[in-house]
Amino acid sequence: MSMVTEAQVKNAIPTDQELIDFLVREARLIDQQRFDEWLDLYADDAFYWMPLEWNQTDPRLTCSLMYEDKLLLSIRVERLKGARTFSQKPKSRCHHVLQTPQVDSRDPAANNYVTWTPMHYIETRMDEQTLYAAWATHHLSVENGRLKIKLKRVDLINCDAAFGNIQLFM
Amino acid sequence: MTRYAGNVAAIRDLVRDQEVHRDVYVSEEVFQLEMEHMFPNSWVYVGHDSQVPNPGDYFGTTIGTQPILLVRHTDGTVKVLHNRCPHKGTRITSETCGNAGKFFRCPYHAWSFRTDGSLLAIPLKKGYENTGFEQSHAASGMAPVRHVRNYRGFVFAKINNGGLDFEEFFGESLSSFDNMIDRSPVGQLKVAGGVLRYMHNCNWKMLVENQTDTCHPMVAHESSAGTVVEVWKKAPPGTKKPMAVEIIAPFMSPYEFFENMGIRIWDNGHGHTGVHHSIHSDYSAVPGYFDKMKAAYGEERAKAILGENRHNTVYFPNIMIKGPIQLLRHFKPIAANKTLVESWTFQLVDAPDMLLERTLMYNRLINAPTSIVGHDDLEMYERAQEGLHSNGNEWVNLQRLYSPDEAGQTNVAVNGTSEWPMRHQFRAWTKFMTMGM
Ligand code: FES
Ligand SMILES: [Fe+2]
Repeated sequence: MSMVTEAQVKNAIPTDQELIDFLVREARLIDQQRFDEWLDLYADDAFYWMPLEWNQTDPRLTCSLMYEDKLLLSIRVERLKGARTFSQKPKSRCHHVLQTPQVDSRDPAANNYVTWTPMHYIETRMDEQTLYAAWATHHLSVENGRLKIKLKRVDLINCDAAFGNIQLFM
Repeated sequence: MTRYAGNVAAIRDLVRDQEVHRDVYVSEEVFQLEMEHMFPNSWVYVGHDSQVPNPGDYFGTTIGTQPILLVRHTDGTVKVLHNRCPHKGTRITSETCGNAGKFFRCPYHAWSFRTDGSLLAIPLKKGYENTGFEQSHAASGMAPVRHVRNYRGFVFAKINNGGLDFEEFFGESLSSFDNMIDRSPVGQLKVAGGVLRYMHNCNWKMLVENQTDTCHPMVAHESSAGTVVEVWKKAPPGTKKPMAVEIIAPFMSPYEFFENMGIRIWDNGHGHTGVHHSIHSDYSAVPGYFDKMKAAYGEERAKAILGENRHNTVYFPNIMIKGPIQLLRHFKPIAANKTLVESWTFQLVDAPDMLLERTLMYNRLINAPTSIVGHDDLEMYERAQEGLHSNGNEWVNLQRLYSPDEAGQTNVAVNGTSEWPMRHQFRAWTKFMTMGM
């Protein structure tokens, strides 16, 4: 069985290709429901942010669809495994189609790399299949030779629409 | 097929003392009758006046399925208008909210209306001369919803002329609004933070009932709140409990907790859970807040205001408020099997920002389409909506802690797991459904 494995960043400063490979791998881990490995891509002080407002700047005093630290993300991952998680009986599946990620900024001195990835995300459960279009902005840094996500921001094109359940991760 | 239209007896038969017929949830005909009778006969929440602070500001919403506009008139008062051009029916505004300036202008043929709805001008007016136009419906402009009441910022409207007046309809239940508003040191709320919208494939009443259903959290929310409790147990000892854990963990409180917290029943389908304590009782103090409240109200009154822990107050037919967290949920009917849920949050004017932050976190963690707690509930509603099509049993059981003498009683506090509030909502449902039919 060939599974995508994590590559170390060869130098303290990642190449653009290494950043892109990392983002592609992140999406694949979600699609393959390898959520523990996925969670491990996040720094301990990371946030996953899905704004509710177009061009939202404030996650604190403006509501978001998600603004979750690692504790909340790990709760989601644990919940997905639960025997009594009824909204996941049967389970949802998902699929990412990414455009080639673009490296918007690289700041080796601050150990901060920002990327931009337009994507389509499809979530299915039972007979329902729902398509979401979004832009993912990642703030990445290198920790002990590994790339880590400090912030993942997912801007849905229709962030303010009335959705049904969105159960997995974009 | 019409079975219920104009048939008061058939509608009454849908609601028994301890059970209701599935048609109240699944029948499209019953849904249409709710829109024609029950909603227009009730005082229905429209919006908060802070959403339209300046003259010309408008906000579009619905009473039942009828489109209406909340608008700030040039004289500063708040009006509620049917959102329909008197010419050919065009919806006047395209955006949900905005500012009309001094008048509304229909985008189709440019008839214009003052912000109280009255007709201001028609292009090529001459064409209406000698047509008897003055006597037409159209000449009176956009029809106002006649019965409007602004209660300390919260605007309600009633479409029909019959029914109860505002005080009679709400009675003592307004104390929950008072408590939510009094939590501001200056006694004022402001809509803030954005509205969360969540589409539910189920009947609107399932949501309303669920607001006082205290037998489900520890079962349905084991997956979300239960996981929070489990994950939190693994935190190193002495770690400060995060706000998120304070918010979600109490959903896993045992039956006893909910039995003891109590439910209060008022007239006309209104009532609240959390007479003594609630899932909101044990939030950490927000620095600086109590001092402000004390300065504004005096220590004793400040303590009394903040000592109220009402959990969910249901205002029949279709809103619920949470005073301790300044949140209002609006259950907007779309079809028998479709409901839009809007969750609105309020800022306590002149109180620390951290209170709004907590309100928004609550909204995000509990009421969002991306919220794990919300997933638990919606899954149950949708399964119920489907299951009710089974012919194995046409009745929904609401019997828990029923007592034969409960029908006429009001302002009583009972066991917190009683299904009395639901029975009581259905008594109100029958009353407003058949009123004037
Ligand atoms: S429909 Fe509004 S002006 Fe004609
Ligand atoms: Fe619930």
